[in-house]
Amino acid sequence: MSLAWDQHLIVTPVLLPLLCGALLIALNERRHHLKFFINLGSVICLLVVAARLMWMVDSGHWSQGIGVYLAANWAAPFGIALVADRLAVLMLLLTAVLGMSALLYSMQRWSRIGVHFHSLFQFLLMGINGAFLTHDLFNLFVFFEVMLAASYGLVLHGYNVTRIRAGMQYIAINLVASLLFLIGVALIYASTGTLNMADLAMRLPVINTDGLALLKVGVTVLAIAFLAKSAMWPFGFWLPTTYAAASPPVAAMLVLMTKVGVYVILRVWLLIFSDEAGAAAGFGFDALLWGGMATIVFGAAGMLASEAPGRLAGFGAIVSSGILLSVIGYGQPSLVTAGLYYLLGSTLALGAFMLLLELIERIRSPGAAVLALTMEVFIIHEAPDEPVGESIPAVLAFLGLSFAGCALIIAGLPPLSGFVAKFGLFHALLNPGIAGSTPTSSTWALMALILLSSLTTTIALLRFGVRTFWSAGKISPPHLPFTEAAPICLLLLLCVVLTVQAGPVLAYLERTTEDLHRPQRYIDKVLSEPVIPGSLGKKEVQ
Amino acid sequence: MELVMALAIGILFGSGIWLILRPRSFQVLTGLLLMSYAVNLFIFIMGRLWIDRPPLTLGAHLPDPATVADPLPQALVLTAIVIGFATTALYLVIMIGSRGLTGTDHVDGREPDQ
Repeated sequence: MSLAWDQHLIVTPVLLPLLCGALLIALNERRHHLKFFINLGSVICLLVVAARLMWMVDSGHWSQGIGVYLAANWAAPFGIALVADRLAVLMLLLTAVLGMSALLYSMQRWSRIGVHFHSLFQFLLMGINGAFLTHDLFNLFVFFEVMLAASYGLVLHGYNVTRIRAGMQYIAINLVASLLFLIGVALIYASTGTLNMADLAMRLPVINTDGLALLKVGVTVLAIAFLAKSAMWPFGFWLPTTYAAASPPVAAMLVLMTKVGVYVILRVWLLIFSDEAGAAAGFGFDALLWGGMATIVFGAAGMLASEAPGRLAGFGAIVSSGILLSVIGYGQPSLVTAGLYYLLGSTLALGAFMLLLELIERIRSPGAAVLALTMEVFIIHEAPDEPVGESIPAVLAFLGLSFAGCALIIAGLPPLSGFVAKFGLFHALLNPGIAGSTPTSSTWALMALILLSSLTTTIALLRFGVRTFWSAGKISPPHLPFTEAAPICLLLLLCVVLTVQAGPVLAYLERTTEDLHRPQRYIDKVLSEPVIPGSLGKKEVQ
Repeated sequence: MELVMALAIGILFGSGIWLILRPRSFQVLTGLLLMSYAVNLFIFIMGRLWIDRPPLTLGAHLPDPATVADPLPQALVLTAIVIGFATTALYLVIMIGSRGLTGTDHVDGREPDQ
């Protein structure tokens, strides 16, 4: 007896990039077209798999809308379980979309300025997908390390002095964060004796006082590791430097990596410290709320202060993380729905913005100043050609319009998805939907900060736009190949779709939030997943 | 034994923290190494300190779980050692690259007085 074939789809987002990445190492760098198409094929497969999983999760294919994959057929608290629920699948889909865009963008030049771009890209996808799917804290550590190791390589891709300076800081900080992650995991194991998240959530109400204190210390140390990834103040100083230094397709993927930290916080906190957790219920939510708000202030101030476009986008990502963290910390289901909608829109828009910035830079410096610097220090045998092929028409109009689109979404102005998201956030804040609760001072503080961040974002982006497009003197339209323009169009188009189809999307997100706030169903489902009986299993029972 | 372990971990971790706050990249690397030793020891003792407990192996009959050593922290610490080793080696390579490109071993890639 074996599993139904579509059950294996849950593990595909991890296995496929692993195999493709390994295959791509073996191929010679000269065959970059072949490598690119293998990579693209894999990413498209991931997109299809994610879409199919989303259908399976949402159409009642699995009971409770949760698919569980028991690795090596070990029952849940003992082995590693991969879990596909609505949230995980949504993030998988987002990863695939952003990955495809970044990859298409890199086809023309960025994938060729160094070696092993394609393998590292696949390993990065593997790490991110694994972190979304896994249901075991130590396994999460392993996937985090896979993701980080690939990102170290990618940040340094196209090796120059700026990147290596940024890389030294980025790597050192993440190594320390990983050590904290391990300490947290060890403390959680010491106090509860389990690392499976569902099992952990189940044992929490019955744990004794000493164990609970130890567990809280452990979870706090663990949270610092995630919050360093999602750049909560004061752990996020590395982010703007790294974003500004990384090559554009990599920076777009880094935007997603900050969301991995947010995802883990959302998952772990709502599962473990739910209302059913007894004495530990609600632990740490206030810290997330206030930390998130401090992050918004830091990011907003940073946006005003930064001149370089890369840093501007980096601080934009910090603001977005801050809003999401405070939304989680606020601890109200309807707010999480709006927050998830905000996450989708802001990730897509920031990703597009990262890609766009480099194209806009070309207005200022025709030719490739960055490339010249790179090639000087890193001997490339086959210099990438100046972009060949048809340039798209009306380059400046395209750049201007895309910039305006990104700016509208990031700042949260009407009519695009950023506005819908912020409107949703305010609506949820003012109408808690719980009888007898009125807006408190933290409600007003959060609303004021979200508005403030919108204002500073608008100012910073307007300033950048005016300087670039209107007051730069004579500007020469750069040569813009189709493969570099298409991903930006795709991402912005998706944002428009998010706006137009806000109803169905929000309905899906509402179901997601509902799942997240009913951990008991989730715990039961994961722990009761049956193993496949085999001959060896029977023998041992006898 | 608890005291010795606690002191060892504390000294290793403390030295590590001091070293990663130093300006030279080799000091930072050494600090990271010391901290990862401390963390590995820490994970290991999270399965509690035992003496004279046999490992968990499959025998003719199932052993009483209370009489054998906890195998999970041992598995965790092995994974952590391997990953820590690999990432530290990676950092070393980048450190050498940075030294070659910038001509200094300062973590900022330039001497502070320049």
